[in-house]
Amino acid sequence: MKIAAAAGGGLFLGFNWTNSNALPVVVSAKEIAAGAIHFNAYLSIGTDNTITIVSPNPEIGQGIKTAFPMVVAEELDADWKKVKTVQGNLDTTIFERQVTGGSGAVPHSWERLRKAGATARHLLIEAAAAKWKVPASECSTENNKVLHKASGKSTSYGELAEAASKLTAPTEIKLKDEKSFKLIGQAVRNVDNHNIATGKPLFGLDFYREGMLFGMIQRPKAFGLKLKSVDSAAAKAMPGIVDVVTFDNNVAVVGKSTWQVKKAKDALKIEYEKAADLESSDDHNRIFSQLMDSGQATVRRKNGDVEAAFKNAAKVIKAEYQCPFLPHSPLEPMNFFAHVREDGVELVGPTQTPDRARTEVAKLTGIAPEKITVEITRQGGGFGRRLAADYVIEAANVSKLVKAPVKLIWTREDDMTGGTYRPAVRYRFEAALDQKGELIGYKLRGVGMNSGNPTREDNFPSGSVDNLLIDSVEHKSPITTGPWRAPITNFLAYAEQSFLDEVAEAAGKDPVEFRLALLEKAKKSPAGEVKYDVDRMIAVIKTAAEKSNWGKKKGVHQGFSVYFSHRSYVAQVGEMVMEKGKPVLKNVIAAVDCGIVINKSGSLQQVRGGVVDGIGHAMYGALTFKEGAPEQSNFNGFRLIRMNEIPQVEVHFIDNGISPTGLGEPALPPAGAALANAFYKATKQRLRNQPFINDDAFKGIS
Amino acid sequence: MAIFKLSVNNRAYNADVEGDTPLLWVLRDNLGLVGTKYGCGIAQCGACTVHLDGKAVRSCVLPVSSVGKSKVTTIEGLSEKGDHPVQKAWDEIDVPQCGYCQAGQIMTAAAFLKEKPKPTDEEIVSTMSGNICRCGTYHRIHEAVKSAASKTN
Repeated sequence: MKIAAAAGGGLFLGFNWTNSNALPVVVSAKEIAAGAIHFNAYLSIGTDNTITIVSPNPEIGQGIKTAFPMVVAEELDADWKKVKTVQGNLDTTIFERQVTGGSGAVPHSWERLRKAGATARHLLIEAAAAKWKVPASECSTENNKVLHKASGKSTSYGELAEAASKLTAPTEIKLKDEKSFKLIGQAVRNVDNHNIATGKPLFGLDFYREGMLFGMIQRPKAFGLKLKSVDSAAAKAMPGIVDVVTFDNNVAVVGKSTWQVKKAKDALKIEYEKAADLESSDDHNRIFSQLMDSGQATVRRKNGDVEAAFKNAAKVIKAEYQCPFLPHSPLEPMNFFAHVREDGVELVGPTQTPDRARTEVAKLTGIAPEKITVEITRQGGGFGRRLAADYVIEAANVSKLVKAPVKLIWTREDDMTGGTYRPAVRYRFEAALDQKGELIGYKLRGVGMNSGNPTREDNFPSGSVDNLLIDSVEHKSPITTGPWRAPITNFLAYAEQSFLDEVAEAAGKDPVEFRLALLEKAKKSPAGEVKYDVDRMIAVIKTAAEKSNWGKKKGVHQGFSVYFSHRSYVAQVGEMVMEKGKPVLKNVIAAVDCGIVINKSGSLQQVRGGVVDGIGHAMYGALTFKEGAPEQSNFNGFRLIRMNEIPQVEVHFIDNGISPTGLGEPALPPAGAALANAFYKATKQRLRNQPFINDDAFKGIS
Repeated sequence: MAIFKLSVNNRAYNADVEGDTPLLWVLRDNLGLVGTKYGCGIAQCGACTVHLDGKAVRSCVLPVSSVGKSKVTTIEGLSEKGDHPVQKAWDEIDVPQCGYCQAGQIMTAAAFLKEKPKPTDEEIVSTMSGNICRCGTYHRIHEAVKSAASKTN
């Protein structure tokens, strides 16, 4: 609504995209401002020739606030310099899938955004043609203008906006030939760069409201504990403290400033009692071993006769890989503003799932969702953590109890010890080779701690092995887990691609040739269903091998890795060299197929950042437990990768014209194995446990 | 509570806070200067970096009582129009992903380049390794510091 008011007069296009055949609707600014018509996305053209494009999906650093408007602007033939981008608030009556997760926003919205731009362009041409009394077919557009070349006439979109807004939108709209894209594929800078570089209040933690109180919560210090008693007398007496309230197992301190609240929180005297097992990392290791051998496994995929294949094998290779729990560590810790009133709720803050936040708060307060507003701020990272709404519910709980507007803040310690982690998992892989070194049998068992299904049973190499069994065993732990950037595949890819390297070696084959042969087999005589695109996978493998000059570099130890996740394909070659007797990861060459690249600059960084994230957590990331309590609580104990530890990252995009398939996550999964396999080449030692830094093979190296 | 007289971005402020309050929270909660970010509170990540008499310091562990008469510069005061060479380089090289750490990165880089106008790659890496970027924009941070250095000299 703000947009309409700010933009003044002009053309407003609303697009009802709830189903793919929905018609665009043209209405006046007045109607939009009054909220009379429901839309799912819209852009506006002001009479001053300014184009405002709303980006409805949460921006967590994936670049959506730049990429979405680029797609609309492309089809509109807008002058990018005249485009303003605005973050949309939650509005399920206008927008669809206002989620940042699963690398899914661009694939979901690609057509919708293109149609939005193309429809507006069509109407502007119609308006100009009517004004000039020329056929619309003789008019063209560029840079916010409609042109009639025969007569030399041209008019800006701004001047045409009002007339165009009175026309009826067509039911069918022709989209541009993708080869004629001018803006899509260019390097366009992040639309918020200036605001970021000058310290403007953009993030949830930056939100302030007159009269707002600050809240912090003391949660149980270990998973498995529950609240027994609270002595808050000392905390309540401290300066600036307004109230101390208790709900569920939480004790919330509310006051007038962050620091006062933090000090009072530290002064609380709380007793807890045991409510479940207090698990330590040693327990997890024991549980992994027990369940691996005796657990009730859920079969995820089965092809052929696995038992016979292993019985007849000339060679069997078996290895176990393990990964720890990980916190997400977005640099902006969890926080949310909530004002629960009798007649409604106002929510403001960083969330990847604003609709879930609203639904949960509606359940908590009994207030109807349509009386709850959610304003989405820019977010200091997410990595999946902000898909959960726990911290939004907490904020609403506190606001409800103290009957005031409250900004709830998690300290870094709260953020790291507060749960919703990447689950810890152990995998056991087994491969059967025949006399010729052909892979005739494959087994994978995953044991996870609250991981759901820790396998991705239909991913490669499924489909390429005739006899295959993938199953999993689950341990229910009091330690809470949730999606972490590239859920499951963020460690499965490393384990699987490292193991395939072991199998290739046992078969006496080159790792690249070995993978390509399996893919050819999946193509020619698939074993069961093949749910990935074999050709796209082959293409990234070949590109990475070619660009890295695979196997031909002297003094460089190369490790290969390839993975399909979230609809996209990424192959990586890690390159290690020995420096002063130690292997150093100097370079990662990545070949990426995410379909059409929208923003060359944002996409390049997305891949580099994904590789850095994957390498960093594989190398250093570990959250361990002692009697239910995390042993690391801040960046002094939990190590994040820094500038002096990164490799160069060289990125090659496959140009195949496929509609975009997502890029927020797919570059991360292959990174760990690109490193581990290069490390093996350099040292002849396998890294089978993350973080690598704790592995004996790595001791004394980094 | 006590009144602390502060000079921030060449403006005089009075802050009525307890003496142990970190400068970070005085800036954010009392003065409304929220460009300086909270990331860890223990001087590990650098998101809270400000200048104290031109030197980069971690405001999350600096009690307001020890600021004294030192001049504080925050990201909001680094330049009048947001056109400090480092700020410009951050835009030109398109550094930010989520952007949360970048004010701290920029303040670290600006103080560093003032002291070392022509840094080597090793010096850039060594200095900038004190700041965490969770999105992994390190390649571009490095490039932007280099670019800013070449333009200031």
